[in-house]
Amino acid sequence: MGDLHVMRDDLRPPDPPARRHLISITDLTREDVERLLGTARSFERSLEREMKKLPTLRGRLVVNVFYESSTRTSSSFELAAKRLSADTMSIKASGSAVDKGESLKDTAITLGAYDPDVIVLRHPHIGAPQLVARVTEARIVNAGDGKHQHPTQALLDLYTIQESFGRIEGLHVAIVGDILHSRVARSNIQALALLGARVTLVGPPPLLPRGIEAMGCETTTDIEAIGAADVVYILRMQQERMQEGANYVPSLREYTARWGVTPERLRPGQKVMHPGPMNRGVEIDPRVADAGDALIETQVRAGLVVRMAVLYDLLTTGPAAVKAELPVKVA
Amino acid sequence: MPKLFVKDAPKESLVVRGARVVDPVEGIDTQLDVKIDSGTIAELGSSLPANGHRVVDGAGLVLAPAFVDPHVHLRTPGREDEETIASGTQAAAAGGYCAILAMPNTEPVVDSAAVLGALAEQARADAEVSVGFLAAISKGQAGAELTEMGELADEGAVGFTDDGRPVVATALMWRALQYSSITDRPLAVHCEDPTLSRGGHMHEGAVSAELGIGGWPSIAESVMVERDLALAEYEGRPLHLMHLSAHESVDALRRAQAEGISATAEVTPHHLVLTDEAVRSLDPNVKMNPPLGSDHDRQALIEALRVGTISCVATDHAPHARHEKDVPFEAAPFGVTGLETAFSALYTHLVEPGVLELPTLLERMSAGPARAYGLEAPRVAVGAQANLVLLDPGASWRVTEDAFRSRSMNSWLIGETLQGRVCATIAAGRLVHEG
Repeated sequence: MGDLHVMRDDLRPPDPPARRHLISITDLTREDVERLLGTARSFERSLEREMKKLPTLRGRLVVNVFYESSTRTSSSFELAAKRLSADTMSIKASGSAVDKGESLKDTAITLGAYDPDVIVLRHPHIGAPQLVARVTEARIVNAGDGKHQHPTQALLDLYTIQESFGRIEGLHVAIVGDILHSRVARSNIQALALLGARVTLVGPPPLLPRGIEAMGCETTTDIEAIGAADVVYILRMQQERMQEGANYVPSLREYTARWGVTPERLRPGQKVMHPGPMNRGVEIDPRVADAGDALIETQVRAGLVVRMAVLYDLLTTGPAAVKAELPVKVA
Repeated sequence: MPKLFVKDAPKESLVVRGARVVDPVEGIDTQLDVKIDSGTIAELGSSLPANGHRVVDGAGLVLAPAFVDPHVHLRTPGREDEETIASGTQAAAAGGYCAILAMPNTEPVVDSAAVLGALAEQARADAEVSVGFLAAISKGQAGAELTEMGELADEGAVGFTDDGRPVVATALMWRALQYSSITDRPLAVHCEDPTLSRGGHMHEGAVSAELGIGGWPSIAESVMVERDLALAEYEGRPLHLMHLSAHESVDALRRAQAEGISATAEVTPHHLVLTDEAVRSLDPNVKMNPPLGSDHDRQALIEALRVGTISCVATDHAPHARHEKDVPFEAAPFGVTGLETAFSALYTHLVEPGVLELPTLLERMSAGPARAYGLEAPRVAVGAQANLVLLDPGASWRVTEDAFRSRSMNSWLIGETLQGRVCATIAAGRLVHEG
C-alpha cells in the first residue's frame, strides 16, 4: 500500500520557499540541532550587549496560542520574538472564543487571516500542530502537544548540557519521574539519542510506558540507578493529566520516599535539571533545587536564546527540512 | 424468526454469461452461466439461452453469493446527517452486500418494539438491500435493566447487543444469556473492560509510548472475551464476539471452541490490514474501537479468519460527521466507514499477496456472517433468491470522497488505489448496484 497522508499540504501549490515547521524532534537531523544550538550561542552573545534588540525579524508576526497554562514557555517565546523585533500577539484559550466552543480548526483559520509568519501553539492534543499547519499558511512551532512533544524544551536542555559539559555525546542522562505523561521526556529521549547520549528512565512501573525502550533508552524502577548518570533530569508528577482513581502511585508521600531526588541519592559532581514547574518536596528535595550543581535557572535562560534561534531559523532560509505531513507505511 | 426488511420493487430477470462462479458452501468453482427469472435463480449451465432476458457478460469476472455484513451503524434514528437507511443500504449495495445488520446504539436506542417497528417500516420503504436490526441488551444501553427481549424478538430483532459499549456488570450479562434463551436469538458482545480502556485512544505498545497517546491495552478486550465465554459455557448459550482485535482474544476463542462452546466471532477489514503503526499519521480516520493492534495481533486475526475460528468479516461501518473527525486524534470519535471498500481492501491486502484464498474470503463475507445469526445464507443454487455479487479481480480503482454513497467520508482508505472491484450487486432479486 502507498503512503497515507494526513496533511494535505501536498495538494497545494508549494510555498516559495518551502514552509517549515518544528513539531517534533524527529523532524530534525543532528546537523539541524547543531546549527540551532550554534545560532542560540551567537544570540546569547548578542544579549550581553547593552542594546539587546536585533532587527532580524522586523515586520514579522509571531502569534502565541496557548490552550494550556504556561509561564516559562509562553514568556520566553514572546520575549524571543520581541528581542528579534518581530510583532507578537498572544492568545490564551480561556477568555477567547475557545470558551464559546470554537473548534481548533476555526480558531486557526481566524488567526491565519492575519497572515502570521509563525504560530507558536500549545495544545492538550497530539496532532493539533499539524491541523493548524494544514489550515494556515504559517510556520508552526510546537510548544507542547499533549503528552507527545515539546521540542524547544529538549533543544534548550541540549543547549544547557552542552554549555555545562562542553559536549553531549557519550554523556549519561537519567530522566526520573512521571514519564508516561511527559512530552518533555519524549522529546528529550529522542534529542539526547540523536546527539549520542545514553538515556535511562527511572520511575514507578505504571509511569514507565510499556514499549518505550524502542525509542532507544533503558528503563528501571530503581532510583539508585541515578547514581551512574552525569545528568539527573527530574520530571514533575503531572497530576492534572492523571485520571482520578488511576492509582499510578499509592500516594505522593510514597512517591517521594521512593523516587524523590535527594542529596543523599546524588553523588558529587552530578548536574540536576528540571523543566519546571517544580514541586519542591515531592519529586525534588529543596536542597537539590537550590544547590550549585542545579542547572535549572540556566535552563530558563537557555530557553530564551534557543527560542530566538528557532524563530530565526524557521524564518530565514536555513536548511531545517521540517514537514508537517507524516507519511506512514501501512502494513 | 429473525426478520430482514427491504424495499419491495420489481425483480430482475437476466442471464450472467461466462463468469467464474464461486460458491464455497455449494462447492462450486467453475465457469457457468446463471439465469435469473424474476429475482430467482432459475438455471445454472453453459450457453444458456437469453430468452429475452438482459445478458450480462461475465467473462473474466467472478460471480459469488453476495455479502452479508453483520455489523453496521446506520445512525438512524437520531443522526440522519451521518447516515440513513437509504444511504447506508446504497453504500452496502455498492460494496457487494445483499444484507446488513444494523446496531441499536442510536438516538433513541433500539430497546423497545416501538422503535424497532418504526425502523422496520422505514426499511421497507427505503432499504436497497435487506436490513436486519439488532436490539439492545439493556434499556437505553445503560447496562442496568434488560430490554423486553421476548417482544423485540417477536418484532424481528436479529439478535441482542449493547454494541458501542460493553455489558459491564457481569451479573447483567449472565441474566441476558439466561433470559435470551426464550428467543433463540444470539447475544453479540462488544468486549471491553472500560476500567482498562479508560483514557485510551490507541493500542498500548511502543507506538503509543512514543507518541504519548493514551494506551488501550489488548487485555481490555481479552479479559471480557474470557469472562463472556465462561458465562456462555456455564449457561450453554451461543455467543457472538464482535470486532475482535487482540491475539489474546483469538487464543481464548480457539480454546473455547475446542471445548465445544458455541461461539462465533467477527473481524473488521481495518484490523486485518492496518496496525498501530498507522496511527503515526495522526489521521482521525485510523481511530477506532477497538483500536488497531500490533502486527502480532493482525497476523493472529488473519490466521483465525483463514482457518475459520473467526467466521465473519464485519465492517463495523461507523459513519461520523466531517467536523467531528476534523479535530486532533485524541479529540476525535472512534469509528470508520467500510461498506464500500471492504471487499477491495481485503482482496488487495490478503488475496492478492496470497495470504488468503478468494473462496475463503467470499465465504467469510457471506455464509459465515449469515450462519452466525441463523440467517439463510445467500447461495448460487437453482430455486434460491438471487443474492449475487459480480466482482472484477482485474480492475483497480482509487478511493475518493466524492464517490461514496454513504453520507460520511471517514474512510481510512481515501486516496488509496485498490485492486478488485464490485461490478454489480443483486440483492433480494433486484439489481441494486451496477458500476
